[in-house]
Amino acid sequence: MAETQAMVQKDRSEVHTAERTRGGVTFTPRVDIYETDTKLVLCADMPGVRPQDIDLRYERGELVLHGRVEPRQRVGAFLLNEYEDGDFYRVFTISESIDASRIEAECKHGVLTIHLPKVAAVQPKQINVKAN
Amino acid sequence: MRLSRWEPLGGMFNQVNHLQKEVNRLFDRWGGDGWNLMNGNTQFPPLNVWEDAEHVSVDCELPGLDLKDLEIYVTGGNQLTIKGERKQQLSENAVFHRQERTFGTFVRVLTLPFPVNSDKVEAKLEHGVLTIKLAKHEAAKPRKIAIKAE
Repeated sequence: MAETQAMVQKDRSEVHTAERTRGGVTFTPRVDIYETDTKLVLCADMPGVRPQDIDLRYERGELVLHGRVEPRQRVGAFLLNEYEDGDFYRVFTISESIDASRIEAECKHGVLTIHLPKVAAVQPKQINVKAN
Repeated sequence: MRLSRWEPLGGMFNQVNHLQKEVNRLFDRWGGDGWNLMNGNTQFPPLNVWEDAEHVSVDCELPGLDLKDLEIYVTGGNQLTIKGERKQQLSENAVFHRQERTFGTFVRVLTLPFPVNSDKVEAKLEHGVLTIKLAKHEAAKPRKIAIKAE
């Protein structure tokens, strides 16, 4: 069976606008961003983040993703320790063509999906051509 | 399919491993994913395994997977297999700006250092984190020996 080589470990976050009071490691979530006629969709992998622990903010044209991860309780001796727990943090600059008031987000199975609708003015319009 | 062997923590090997990870991390910044082909630690998914007197537990991060996309087996008494597929849901006419997440099938086989009771395996998938709890086989449990005072 072909294994997917590209499925790799998570990256530590290199983005730090300001230092946090809470210590620990912060990771950059891997994201997919795609565009359709009416909106932009952003999907971010944030395993271990409960929907209520996501702090999603849009201010001054920036979309800030912050997912808090509660440290998992592992009682006993480690036999293998290949990854660490930590918060997820990432910031994106969003252009003005996004209607900020209609941004919606959902989180399922550790994947955060954000829908960023375009403002009506930039949406393509289909023009019907009448046959005489 | 690759076998991953259990390596005791805290030993020399682990320190070397840690150093290797750090160096790889440094290279990752410049080279991106390409460097990971050289990295021995990129088996997917990365696992944390820990034990207490009665159980051994395994956890890994599998965001976006449903329980039905996942198969877990215990074979030969001490071999744990985690197999699954991460499927991509695409809407039509979508144009990608960024594509960092990866999809596809994966298999990870872990050889545990002691036999487990294959009837007593619990697995749960919560917010993209899979946790498997396996009960140790009777023979593998530590036995306390009473010392008689004469």
